[in-house]
Amino acid sequence: MKKQPKPKVAFFDFTDCEGCQLQFANMGEVLLEIAELVDIVNFREIMSEQGEDYDIAFAEGSITTDNDVKRIKKIREKAKVVVALGACATLGGVNGMKNRTPLDVAKERVYADKADTVNTIKAMPVHEVVKVDYFIHGCPVYIPEVITVIKCILMSRPYVVPNYPVCAECKMNENVCLYEKEQECMGPVTRAGCNSWCINNGNRCYGCRGLVDNPAADAQKDILLKYGLKMDEILKHFTLYNDSLGDKYEQQLK
Amino acid sequence: MIPWETSMSSNSSKTKDVKIDVHYLTRVEGHGNIVVDTKDGKLTKCEFQVIESPRFFESMLVGRVIWEAQHITSRICGICACGHSLASIKAAEDALGITPADETVMLRKLLLYTEQMDSHILHIYFLVAPDLLGVKSIMPLIKTHRSIIDMALKMKRMSDYAGEVLAGRHIHPISYVIGGLTQLPARENLEKLYKMMLECRKYGDETVKILKKLKFPEFQRPTQYLSLTHDGEYAMYDGDLVVNGKNRTKYNKYREVLTEKVVDYSRAKIATINNKPYAVGALARFNNNSDKLHKKAKAVAESLRLKAPCHNPYLNTVAQMVEWVHCLEESIAIIEKILKEGLNEKKIVVSSWPKKSQIDKIKYRPNTGIGCVEVPRGSLFHEYTIDDTGHITAANCVIPTNQNMGNLEEDMRKLVPELLGRHSREEITQALEMLARAYDPCISCATHLLDVRFV
Repeated sequence: MKKQPKPKVAFFDFTDCEGCQLQFANMGEVLLEIAELVDIVNFREIMSEQGEDYDIAFAEGSITTDNDVKRIKKIREKAKVVVALGACATLGGVNGMKNRTPLDVAKERVYADKADTVNTIKAMPVHEVVKVDYFIHGCPVYIPEVITVIKCILMSRPYVVPNYPVCAECKMNENVCLYEKEQECMGPVTRAGCNSWCINNGNRCYGCRGLVDNPAADAQKDILLKYGLKMDEILKHFTLYNDSLGDKYEQQLK
Repeated sequence: MIPWETSMSSNSSKTKDVKIDVHYLTRVEGHGNIVVDTKDGKLTKCEFQVIESPRFFESMLVGRVIWEAQHITSRICGICACGHSLASIKAAEDALGITPADETVMLRKLLLYTEQMDSHILHIYFLVAPDLLGVKSIMPLIKTHRSIIDMALKMKRMSDYAGEVLAGRHIHPISYVIGGLTQLPARENLEKLYKMMLECRKYGDETVKILKKLKFPEFQRPTQYLSLTHDGEYAMYDGDLVVNGKNRTKYNKYREVLTEKVVDYSRAKIATINNKPYAVGALARFNNNSDKLHKKAKAVAESLRLKAPCHNPYLNTVAQMVEWVHCLEESIAIIEKILKEGLNEKKIVVSSWPKKSQIDKIKYRPNTGIGCVEVPRGSLFHEYTIDDTGHITAANCVIPTNQNMGNLEEDMRKLVPELLGRHSREEITQALEMLARAYDPCISCATHLLDVRFV
């Protein structure tokens, strides 16, 4: 049997903290195993080589400038497969919070009289600009899920992102529900797949993987109100990572 | 290899004038360009341009409740997520008037030390070593230097694991919050981490041997070195600010020490002290505080011939290795103490957010809080102003890379004329890239500028 050529993989980062790429470096030996199955041709953060010929493109970060839009369109033209890596790429992530304020106000706050020199547009997830084939949610991405998605890509199979809430995984992990401990949590409406990472460590769910397709938003709102949160505070909880859905929730919740 | 020591430097390609435009400097965190132009052998342009898209963290924080600040600002940077979290927590505690327990502070130091180790190893092996070994990245080294790469990955793995054990994960830590931790690290995990750290001692020795064989470029330019300093320890988590060991100032008066300004060509501000550029980071800390290092780290500095004050910015990488050894020994000592004495859950564990029964009872008073820690690349400041509802009305983050930017440009201004006429354009370009890389710039951090209203 003739040996198949290895697929060429490239990593591109847009507006973000680069933490999801770093999660790859944190895979340790598994990264070396993956490196044997593919050719990494472009990974600016750790390589000076810059290949322009690739099959699989990992796009990390949100699209926030005109130049970002041009770059991602070019990447889409070249790549057979585009993977949105991490919350900034799949949802807009924390960058989306800037959209909650008019852009000129945000620019003025940070750059004052030099505000006009700053080129910025609304923060968008990658799929608002080009077609995305695989979504890896999370802030940061959860390594076991990343490995599962990579296996799917290499076998040309789709990856189905869980569409049930974090609570399902949280129960399996036998965590005491935070609501039992007088604390609120976004777990009931947030998409699972992270193995309830934050709650396992004593914190609450902040919704970094985005909401399930039909979240019980009204019920969640009622509970949060019961927990002393005010309406605008609740909307901030829903949109911390999810600005692309902000308008929808604003209408639904108010 | 090292540009001005290769045989190439004597051939006909040596240049009197250069125009250099390194678009998207590689092997650094974030997007930056180096632009240099000369005319008749004189420098006419010399810029390190940060072209990372601005992210507006200071604007995004406005209107958010103070309890969320750590979660949000951790997302400024994937490498220093723990450092940003700690600076944020310190600023928030300052604003709220909360004093953490001593044991909490000890666990914070442990997290900070392990992050220093993580970042320093990433920089030494993944970002700098390829230059010194004459390759473009770590990838070819996987084939040619497999045992070294395996060792580097084990050292990296140890500090990642430390993040997992202490905070749930290193990138965007989970359990470190205002007032304490949301849960204690498990004893069996600390024992495993302890074993990994002991094993890493020999990898540290090996790394020092490797560094000894490498030749770093010769270049000297004395400058101002800013860092925290502390009477009792090598300052990382706490202390006062000093410049070249002098002018000791409380860090909450940092605005009296440093100034930042916006420049047209960059999305990051340039900071100055007394209108002159300055350096922060491992070399600055070493220059100010080397007498407080652990004795093993002092021995390593001596064997690598690093002596304070050192004015060669390329040796920042060597100072990072010295700090790695210091942080390893300090971490081992802390874990030994915990394993022996245990941790007091009542003093340390808090909820991440006020509980339902407390949420209406908290009385906030309008206040400004400032936090500062030494992160891998230097002194990091967070400053938040809150109103009487606990919501942030103004925020400001001063990032190490912004502080180093002016100093790097000043270095380039001295270096380029020294190389002109004796070296080719490629050699000069590589020398400049290596110089920028030596500062270990973290550009996605650097684009979160200070709130100009304070200036």
